[in-house]
Formats: sequence, structure tokens, C-alpha cells
Amino acid sequence: MKNFNIYLIGVGGQGIGLLSEILLRAADKAGYPVKGVDTHGLAQRGGIVTSQIRIGEKAHSPLIAEGEADLLVALERHEALRGMNMALKAGGTLVYYNAVWQPLDVRLGLSDEIGEEMIQEACRKRKITEIKVFHDHLSDARMQNIALLRAIHEKGVIPGLTEAHYRESMEDLMEGAMLKKNLDFFQSKIDSAA
Amino acid sequence: MKKMGDMLLQENPFSEIVMGNTALVRAMVEAGTQVVTSYPGSPTPEIATAIRSIPSSKRPFYFEFSTNEKVATEVAFGAAMNGHLSTVFFKSVGLNVASDSLVQLSLMPIKGGMVIVLGDDPGANSSQNEQDNRHFAHMSYTPIFEPASPEEVYSFYLEAARVSREKQMPIIVRLTTHVCHAKERVRFSGWKPAAYDATPRFNRSEGPFIPITSMVFPKKRRALANLSAIMQYSYGSVLHQRMDHQNNRYGIITAGLPFLSLLDVLEKAGEQPDILKLAVVHPLSRNLVKEFLETHKQVLVLEELDNILEKEIKQIAYEEKVNTKIFGKVDAEDWIGEYTPDKVFDIMKKVWPGLLPERTEKKLPVQEAPPRPAQMCPGCGHRAAFHAIKKAISEQDIRVADIGCHTLGFLPPYRMGDMLLCMGASTGIGSGMSLFNDTRKVIAFLGDSTFFHAGLPGIINAMFNKHNLTLIIMENGTTAMTGHQSHAASGENFNEPVDAIPIRKVLEGLGIHQIHETDTYQMKKLTDLVKKAVDEPGLSVVIAKHPCMLKQMRGKRSQSGFQITPVEIQQDDCTRSYECVEKFGCPSFIRNKDGRITINPDLCIGDGSCIQVCPSKAIHIQKRDRK
Repeated sequence: MKNFNIYLIGVGGQGIGLLSEILLRAADKAGYPVKGVDTHGLAQRGGIVTSQIRIGEKAHSPLIAEGEADLLVALERHEALRGMNMALKAGGTLVYYNAVWQPLDVRLGLSDEIGEEMIQEACRKRKITEIKVFHDHLSDARMQNIALLRAIHEKGVIPGLTEAHYRESMEDLMEGAMLKKNLDFFQSKIDSAA
Repeated sequence: MKKMGDMLLQENPFSEIVMGNTALVRAMVEAGTQVVTSYPGSPTPEIATAIRSIPSSKRPFYFEFSTNEKVATEVAFGAAMNGHLSTVFFKSVGLNVASDSLVQLSLMPIKGGMVIVLGDDPGANSSQNEQDNRHFAHMSYTPIFEPASPEEVYSFYLEAARVSREKQMPIIVRLTTHVCHAKERVRFSGWKPAAYDATPRFNRSEGPFIPITSMVFPKKRRALANLSAIMQYSYGSVLHQRMDHQNNRYGIITAGLPFLSLLDVLEKAGEQPDILKLAVVHPLSRNLVKEFLETHKQVLVLEELDNILEKEIKQIAYEEKVNTKIFGKVDAEDWIGEYTPDKVFDIMKKVWPGLLPERTEKKLPVQEAPPRPAQMCPGCGHRAAFHAIKKAISEQDIRVADIGCHTLGFLPPYRMGDMLLCMGASTGIGSGMSLFNDTRKVIAFLGDSTFFHAGLPGIINAMFNKHNLTLIIMENGTTAMTGHQSHAASGENFNEPVDAIPIRKVLEGLGIHQIHETDTYQMKKLTDLVKKAVDEPGLSVVIAKHPCMLKQMRGKRSQSGFQITPVEIQQDDCTRSYECVEKFGCPSFIRNKDGRITINPDLCIGDGSCIQVCPSKAIHIQKRDRK
């Protein structure tokens, strides 16, 4: 398989680490060589967090070169735009959760909030497939990452990865009530993606 | 669920997806390492996370977080002098603190062997500089093994530990941020727990171990002889990697993560240069380098940060009369930042423009996302503190920052931090700024873990030499920035509950009488205390306390049935002063296009610290039944 690069971006505290590890393990379970790397440390305090996954024989470094991500997974709308600018190739796929955690300048009144239409426009200009995810009645905001995982699976965004690969990865990383809650949500059939 | 602790102690050979930091811990287990020490600092704290995943009753070695990197080094050294294989790990700048002890290590026959694991941070991802610690290795005659991936972290540590024990000398394993945090499937060998003879083997007759005046010289001769032996060993080491493409024109010498970036870049190249990827980067094997130079017309030295290999390789070429054209650093940019695939592409393009295709401009001009600097968490006691302290001092007063989550106070809207050097430096800097200064008050901030780490000497000096400043100790009960490690005032160490060493009593013991203390959520009181303290002559101290709310919330969230009750804003009462969003600046506030302020329920933890900052009393804790 040709290299497949996944760039994940969000805000510290959104649960990007778990989502990234599920994707990484799912690719491994599918038999692909895979590497990854996460942000740790200072940036996690309400700043931008990223995670990079590289699938394929010819992926050597865990770091994705600028503009070479095939898939961008964003947990927040501003970060979706930032990630598109930094990482996503033209013609790639964006999967984002339509949550807003306003950046400092927006809260200070120095910048405007990025709207859904701006994301749409940026995708259109660059021929990016846009998959927007949002759930009105999510029992726990910390399940937004699993909502994204479900959309990634339902839309078959990552080639070669099946429901079993994702499920087994979740079973590697969670247990008990938390696993059940997340698995139930992952497997439920509510129409999610707009 | 796969348990990390079980995996790390697995007895049969296995493979697993792990981070570099986790692979290191398995290597420690297999190597028979007995004593491990550290002070927390990114990119290394996840090493301790992996260690903690092994229940202490099953942990095959002793681990502690020491009060600072120097003490950690000393504890590991002491244990090794008794015959126990030891390891100390810490972040890049931690080596500055440890250096007084570290530079002595090569002079000592270290009976059990000792491996120093460094987490360097090219790109300054979470550090105040991007210092290249290979300089320290040169200064202290200490070899460096430099892995590029989790797989190599594991195998290089095992080899470093073996050689260190055999030669009774210290060896550095130098990691960098994205080697520590990279994840991949790593194959591990088997491991059988074995009975360990812990007899203290320190033997006075093998000494003397006191390097003073002329006794330094034989010890230095031994250190240099050891280094020569490692140079010989390095020539034959299988850890080095040579990629031969029968290219006698272009060759590249590199090491560490830049090697992987290089492989990515070369996927785009037509002609493939030969590559010598070094594992032992100090001392450099003269013959290995010479042979590589001789077989290539042009050689690029691709090394992150400083030009250490480049200078040595050019020296070897000069002395060995090799005429190969050697390329190293071209301009200042080559010295700055991590050698990512993009960076390596640009460097290669400067040196051999024809080798790679033109960079395709993939980006179309699009709108930029507003920046998102790191910030204090919802409910953070530091936010309340900065909001209160700002009201107690004037614009022209000088605020000296220190390392910790409270460093973030330098950002808007607080602007509480005018300068920063390193751990514990604030009191000393503030003391200097108070000299010849009767007009601008000086306040210095200091965290609680940092108080014990390197803060005390500056405080004692301020007392001893009667400096005139106010020290504000931001006490949150933990080493928060690096992931909530305990410190001497936390009431527990890594392994067990212990008596806390109360900061206030330490200060009292130093003879400081002007000590004020309050919880930071009592903002009015804190403002008054700081006003009072800055008017007191000499050193005054304000202990601004509030437990780390991130740590507290993680604890609470893990309890079943726990529910957060966020605050809400009564829109009828709100006068749109924006004190909450613009001055207090909790990230839970949302500024709506119509000018209303609302609350982000995903962020608000219901701490209520913001309620008191609203001049029109419009913020309330939500009533449960209104949900």
C-alpha cells in the first residue's frame, strides 16, 4: 500500500491521545507497518495538540511533511482550519467534530471565530472531502473522539481498516464501563455525519 | 485491556506497540537495572508513567523522583558505586543542574555501571532553549549512544548498560523529543526474574575516590583511556547502520531522528546517496568516518542542532589527508529547530539542488486560524492569583517569572512575567533587580516543586544579603506542568506516603518573618496581602495556594456518579463589562457575535472562581434542577 498519513489535531484535554492510539493500533491489526507520535508536555495545557500517524512501508519518520497528510482528523473547528493549512494535502479528507473551544484572541475580541462556512469554503477551494461530525445529545463531551472514530469507520476513510480492527483496538486500550460505553456508541447506528 | 505493567514484565519474547519512553523501561528490566532516578521534565516523564504501571511489589528495580536532577544523578551514582546498575533520566536543561556531579562521573570507576538517559528537545517543544547536550558529553569524556526510534531506544539502552557495566564507566543514551514520544511495534526479548544479590560492594581499597589536585590526573587518564576503548569498540559496533547504494559521488553521515527524516526525503530523490548512520556519536570512530569519506567525492554531515560531528569529521579528513568535499551547516537556520522531513528537504536542496525535485507549492492562500497559546486550565488557582496580584501592583513594577504552569501568566490578559531564565532563578534575578531601585517594586514568582528543586539557594541569599523584594510562591501541591508528580511538600513520594515538608515552616526556619498565606480563590485577601507585602522592607513572601484543579478533576471524574455543575451567566444582570472574559480570562467563557458571554459546558468545571470577578454579579452556579 502507498503511504497513508493521518494528522490529528485538537485542543489539550479533548482526548486526542486515545483516538490516535486506536487508529494506530487498528492499522497495525490490519497488518500495515505503522508509526506515530503525539504532543506531550506544556502544549497540552489548553494549547494545540497534534498526533501523527504514518501507515505504509515507505513511511520512515513518525513526522508527516507539510501538506502531505491524506486525512486530517480535527476535534475542534478552529483546529480543523489550522490543520488543513499545516498538514492536509489538496484532495485529501477532513473529518472534524464541530465543537468550538474559542482561542484566546477570539475571547479577547481581537479575532473572529471561524465559522462552519469558512471550513466549507476552504475545503471547496482545495478539493478536500469534508466530513463534519456533531451530536446534539452526547452524554459525555469526552466521547467526541469516539464520534469521530465512528464517522471515520462509517465513511471508510482509512483504506483497509474494518470494524473489527477498530473494536479490537478499543479493547486493547479500555476496559469495564468505559469500554462498554464507548463501544456501544461506536457501534450504534444513529445517523451522525452531516 | 492490555496492561502496560504486565507487558513490561512479560517473560517470553514478545512484540508490542510502544512509545520510545516505554521501550526504555522494558530495556531497564531486561538489563537488570537496579536503581533508577529522575526529576520530571518533558520529554521524559512518560518513562516514569511506564515504571508506575508496574506495581511496586513486582517492580524489579528501585525508582525515585529526586528533588532535582543533580540529586537524582548523585543517588544513581552512589547506588552504582555499591555495584548496582543504575540509570538517571531527565530533560535537556536538567543536565545543567546535574552537571556539577555529572562532569565528575568519568573519573570514577563506577562498579555497577551507570546509564544517563537525556531527553534533548530540538525544536524547544517544551523547554526554554534547545541546547545540544552532546557538548556536555565531550566536556565530561562520556560516550553517547543515540537512537532514532523506539526499537533503537530498547536495543541501544541494553548495549549501553552492558558496556557501562563492563567498563565501569558512565554512558549517555541521548534521546530527543520525537524519539521519546514516537510509537511503533518493538520486538522484545524474554526476561526471567532472577534472585539478586544486593550486597553493598563499595570497596575502599579500590580507591581513592577523592579527585583532588594531582589525584585528578590518573583518573583523567583512565577516563581518556576508556574513551579510546569505546572508539575502538564503536568501529566494529553493529549498532551503526550503513546504507550502501554503490554511490561513490554522494554520501551522508547522520544520526538519530534526522536519519528517518532523511529516508523520507530520499523517497523523492532519483539518485540515492550512501548513508552512514551513526549509533555511537561520541567518541567518533575515526576509521569508520575515514573509510566512508574516502569512498565518496562529496559528503554531507546531516546533524541536528550544533555542528559537533561536522567539526570532528572535518578534522579527521584534514589529518587523514582525505580530499572529499564535506558539507555541514550552511547558515544560521541549519542550527535552529528540529530536523523534520521538511527541514531536511530544504537542507539537502541547498547542498545538492539537483538531487531532489522542486518543492511543489501545495498551499493555496487561505484564512489563518487564530493562534492558540497554551493556557491555564479552567479553575486553575494560578489564574485567580494573577487576577488578584495584578490589582496589587502597578504597571511599572517588575514581575520575574519562573518555570512551571504559572509561567503561562506572562501571556495576555495577565502579563505577569517579564523575564525567565530557568528553574528557581526568579528570586536571584529579582534580588539583582532590586539593587539601586527604590522606585519599582520587584516581585518574583516560584512554584512549589521548583522551591525545593533550585529555589532555596536564591531565597537564602535574599535573606542573607538583605535583598528587597516580594516572593510569591505559587503552591498547587504538585509538579503540575510535567504531569502531576509528587514533590517534597506533597505528602507522598513516588513509592509511599511520607511527611510533607511544609514550605511555610522551611521559610520560618530561615528566619523569614514576613510570610503571608492564602488560598488564591480568596482574591480580595490575596490582593491585600500582596499590597502589604510589597511595602514591607527586605524579603517578604506570599504563599498563594490552591490545589491543581486538573489533577483534582481527574480524580473526581474517575469516581462514578460525579457530575459537574457549570456556572451560568444571568444575561439580564450582565452589563457587558467583559471583566470575566477579558481580564480573568478563563477559557470556559464564550464570546458570542451578539456580544453576549456564555459558558462552554465542555470546559467549565464549576469551580466558581470566576463568580467574584463579575462587577454586576451575573455569574452563578447553575441550579441542578434547571438542567
